[in-house]
Amino acid sequence: MARYLQSAGLLAVLVLGMVMPGWLELFTVYEITIYLIMAVLALSLAFVWGKGGIMCLGQAAFFGLGAYAWAVAATNFGPGLAALAISIAVPALFAAVLGYFMFYGRINDIYIGVITLAVTLILFNLINSTSGPQYRIGSALLGGFNGMTGVPTLAWPNGMPLDPGDIFRLTVIVLVAGVVAISLYLKTTPGKVTIAVRENEYRAELLGYNVAQSKLITFTLGGALAGLGGCLFANWGAFVSPTIFSLVQSAQIIIWVIVGGRGTLIGPILGCIALQWATTKLGTQQVVQVNLVLGVVLAFFVLVVPQGIVPMFTKALATLFGRKADSAAAEATTTETRP
Amino acid sequence: MDFASVLMIEILGSIAILVLISIGLAVVFGMMKVINMAHGEFLMLGGYVTIYGTNHGGLSFWVSALILAPVVVGLVGLALEWLVIRHLYGRMIDTMLATWGISLALVGGMTMLVGNTTTGISTPLPSLSIGAFSVSGYVVFLIVLAAAIFGLLYVLFKLTTFGLLARATTQNADMVAALGGNPRRIYALTFGLGAALAGLGGAALAPLTGVIPTIGAAYIAKAFITVISGGSAVIAGNLSASVLFGTVGQVFTYLYTPVIGEVALLLTAIVLIRILPQGITGRFFRRSI
Repeated sequence: MARYLQSAGLLAVLVLGMVMPGWLELFTVYEITIYLIMAVLALSLAFVWGKGGIMCLGQAAFFGLGAYAWAVAATNFGPGLAALAISIAVPALFAAVLGYFMFYGRINDIYIGVITLAVTLILFNLINSTSGPQYRIGSALLGGFNGMTGVPTLAWPNGMPLDPGDIFRLTVIVLVAGVVAISLYLKTTPGKVTIAVRENEYRAELLGYNVAQSKLITFTLGGALAGLGGCLFANWGAFVSPTIFSLVQSAQIIIWVIVGGRGTLIGPILGCIALQWATTKLGTQQVVQVNLVLGVVLAFFVLVVPQGIVPMFTKALATLFGRKADSAAAEATTTETRP
Repeated sequence: MDFASVLMIEILGSIAILVLISIGLAVVFGMMKVINMAHGEFLMLGGYVTIYGTNHGGLSFWVSALILAPVVVGLVGLALEWLVIRHLYGRMIDTMLATWGISLALVGGMTMLVGNTTTGISTPLPSLSIGAFSVSGYVVFLIVLAAAIFGLLYVLFKLTTFGLLARATTQNADMVAALGGNPRRIYALTFGLGAALAGLGGAALAPLTGVIPTIGAAYIAKAFITVISGGSAVIAGNLSASVLFGTVGQVFTYLYTPVIGEVALLLTAIVLIRILPQGITGRFFRRSI
């Protein structure tokens, strides 16, 4: 029953996404697109952290690398499929190399969090310092803290660039396809090993599974998805700047996942959209600083609602109707009991 | 020869700066296994206390940096421990995330209070000349300060009752409680000590960098790398990691640019973690503190 509901919901979102740009004003389309692009990023962390149990605090690094890779590749080779492939391959490769050192070094959660965050911050500093004409890749100027402007937009095979409505539709497709692909992947054997590693790494290893390899695969796939999100981001604004590697950006991703609910895929997506809407609204007033609110929200959720909103609701609904908690809530609670 | 000694002082200086950035975090991580993501903001607060104490409070720089900043930031640390962290002991990931929340809130709060601009303070010492070269006298002071901090921590942990209890709590908190100690109070005081050291570090670095509410982000990556690579022994770990990274960073900075120095530092750390997952003191100097 729940599965049919989920499929129907995804299909409805997909259909709605295809027709909505025709109904809305251009500005609204533009605004919703960025929410959805960030939701792709939230989904990538929901997979890596919520499903894989890898606490990556630097998911922004892959997002940023995807955006920069697109900008550089599209400037050099034209905004076609080759550039799209590069913008996914670069962050995936970066995740694979970083993951190799972390997972085969057998370091634990906390260290992974700290190292991924440190890598992100150092990328921020590195890109920030590339102002000046000598920092160019091919014909693409990196632009330092000013970022890269006039990034070419993805084009159809006939050379026509996608319009904002098309970018919106593409983002919806990526998001829905991402949810479906991850759900299907988790049903396969490697996907089940991913969950097993999250639940109990030691036991999975004793049962003969290659834990480091499994984590590396999860981490690389997550990096690729985040990179695709970054590519969409660069397409959306035709602009990339080092702030996508910043500490606040990294923190926001974590907050979306925490607020939405670790262990679910839909929770972080909803958390992302809701919080972005709220921060945009907060940004228009001058009284309270956005960071202050975000920080208090994060600390509050960790202390009071550590499982997140969506698992809390599914659990409450299940109790209300006297049924057994469905899989999402059950998964979320088991995640919580991990040491 | 003069050049060699100048280079030596520069390298010692960058080691000392790493020590000042990371020692507060090292104490909290080493003694409590808590990763304090708000560490960078404690450094930032230390800088602000110093600047306000000197420019508006009429105190001398030395009083506000060496006494006022650690006291104020230490009290802030105690308050936050009481408010948030004590509820989360034993949950490493949650502690880390909650302190990240504190970090964001402190950045946001300070931005509301003082605005998003850099405030500076002049370097309070003249430069020293060595032959044809000159080095900043303030860097020499930082080297002395870092050495003094290590000395004081050694005395505190090795020779006082608090130090004995703190080390015992690190090894087995239940046993300390069974023997009549109070691990909760030890944890609170240790966290306060870490915050105070961060305040002192931030105060000492304020004349070099100026202060802005977001400056914590500039420090935090280096602080984490140093502490994690050092391992769980507070003094030996921090000293060995600082010496390694300070040297690597400064040599590459000297050869190329500061950013290349930072990247070299990070790459060294990632390779080091692959070889020594428990940090330097997980393999060497294991019996030290």
